[in-house]
Amino acid sequence: MSEPLLSIRGLCVDYIADRGPVRAVDRVTLDVEAGETLGCAGESGSGKTTMAKALMRILPPPAVISGGEVLFEGHDVLKLGEPELRAMRWSRISMVFQSAMDALNPVITVGEQIVDTLAAHGGVSKEAARIRAGELLDLVDIPRNCFEGYAHQLSGGMRQRVGIAIALALEPSLVILDEPTTALDVIVEREILRQIRTLQKKLGFAVIFITHDLSRMLQFSDRVAVFYAARLAEVGPAEELRRAPRHPYTRGLLAAFPSIHGVSEKRSSIPGTPPSLKNPPSGCRFHPRCPLAVDICRSEEPALRKLGQRHFVACHLAE
Amino acid sequence: MSDATVIPATGVAAWGQAIRRDRKAAIGAAILAVFAVVGLIGPFFAGDPHELVGVPLQPPSAAHLLGTNGQGQDVLSQLVAGTRLSLAIGFSVGFIVVLAGALVGVAAGYFGGRVDALLSLFFNVFLVIPGLPLAIIIAAYLPSGPLTLAFVLVVTGWAWNARVVRAQTLATRNRDFVAAAVVAGESSFNIITREILPTMTSILVAQIIGSTVYAIGAQVGLEFLGLGDVSTVTWGTILYWAQNDSALLTGAWWTFAPTGVCVALVGFGLTMLNSGFDEITNPRLQLERAWRAHLEKKGARPARSTPVVIEVE
Repeated sequence: MSEPLLSIRGLCVDYIADRGPVRAVDRVTLDVEAGETLGCAGESGSGKTTMAKALMRILPPPAVISGGEVLFEGHDVLKLGEPELRAMRWSRISMVFQSAMDALNPVITVGEQIVDTLAAHGGVSKEAARIRAGELLDLVDIPRNCFEGYAHQLSGGMRQRVGIAIALALEPSLVILDEPTTALDVIVEREILRQIRTLQKKLGFAVIFITHDLSRMLQFSDRVAVFYAARLAEVGPAEELRRAPRHPYTRGLLAAFPSIHGVSEKRSSIPGTPPSLKNPPSGCRFHPRCPLAVDICRSEEPALRKLGQRHFVACHLAE
Repeated sequence: MSDATVIPATGVAAWGQAIRRDRKAAIGAAILAVFAVVGLIGPFFAGDPHELVGVPLQPPSAAHLLGTNGQGQDVLSQLVAGTRLSLAIGFSVGFIVVLAGALVGVAAGYFGGRVDALLSLFFNVFLVIPGLPLAIIIAAYLPSGPLTLAFVLVVTGWAWNARVVRAQTLATRNRDFVAAAVVAGESSFNIITREILPTMTSILVAQIIGSTVYAIGAQVGLEFLGLGDVSTVTWGTILYWAQNDSALLTGAWWTFAPTGVCVALVGFGLTMLNSGFDEITNPRLQLERAWRAHLEKKGARPARSTPVVIEVE
């Protein structure tokens, strides 16, 4: 297989608190192939958004990247200097934010914001940027007359589509979608996701899709990475994960979602709450909540093992 | 992670801690503390500032540490007595100016509509009146004295604060926590004092400090021009008499230099202190401090992009 587009190796991110560092992302290893969609699932605080922002080095203080490598298009992002990072951000990796209202400037017209993005990375005349901005609006099915409109005049779905247009403005090879549809209703959500799918086929960018809606993610992604307490629990093709999840945590998550097809069965939830990252449990971090836990789970940390062709699981018992 | 969150010290302890942690704030606090002690108990030890103690315009000597002024009064005694009155006026004016500004500003911003239109008109009128000439005119018409001076400074100084607080209130009023308080049935007074004003603590503290610096400067300036009561002893009247007695012509530097240094030092101390207050009222900055210290320890430098300090292999 050729080189993956993005290769994360043992990435660690710490948040520095008064009483010492708290590890929010702990030795995460992941690949993203060109043009594929990788879903990142996990509870709040499990490290998925932190990891995604670390890829662009845009985590605000008190975050520090404390280990690993992030190889993207042949460069280690963790070794890049400020000018190289600036050149990389948005033109190679871009992001669609959770709240489209907050991500758009309320006092600048929609069109101008797209033009600004194009201008920030240089090399285009004002006129060319305006033409390109118009094309981008077409791309996401926003009527051209919204070019002169402001964010508050658009509906939530339209705002998010403008966010997608801005993210695609410089034709990046990787787009991070950070819970892009959490603030939208399900119908708009479907439409937006379908549109991203279509654009992805047309333009060939890869997507990292972050959400805590696991069923939506399994529908939308080629592969899914499940995070638990700052670590990776399981990575595998979405289809395989849905059919045969190997990690007890993934199984628990899937068991909590009802299906409208098939027989109606009793839904179960995972007992307990995710652990504090300040004082994580020994061994496997899931063991206090795991129905299958045995002695080795308490003492030894499970490594991420390859169980299928593209299926990796961090569990002593999975096979 | 709520169970493990660091609970920061609150109240006076937090302020003390933050001032001690921040070197600039500590320097500022130390300077102000010296002046506060001199202002509070100094006059009991220094001699009577009005007493004629010797030959006029004597340079500093063992008997008179800062020499004598043009009237033959002890400059040190005058300086100590002046410290008390000047700082008292400065700080109370600084405080009242901000209080008035905050009340008018928050009322205008919170109630909106006609109240806002009226109050905004009111402080906008004060904003366009040039401050110093108005101060000179008012001071010239009213009976001269420290209270008149304080009144003049409040009248000419409060409008900017009101404007800033109004703008901030407008931004805060539409936030969800204010809406939640309204729905919860809190009274307008409670919402203003418990929900809205606390979000502006850093602004208000910065305003108090800024207004105090302004008040001390303007007060010294007005008195130097002879618009105060020249028979009271303040930093301003010391300078007025030094000028009156042609201190510059006769080279009697000791009659004005110490006062000038005092004015500058108080302003400097207040500004230094402000940087410490910023940190207390903005918890994010406290986190950043730990972050900076961590990076420094590892030999890295804070940058715009997330820093990388490889520790895990």
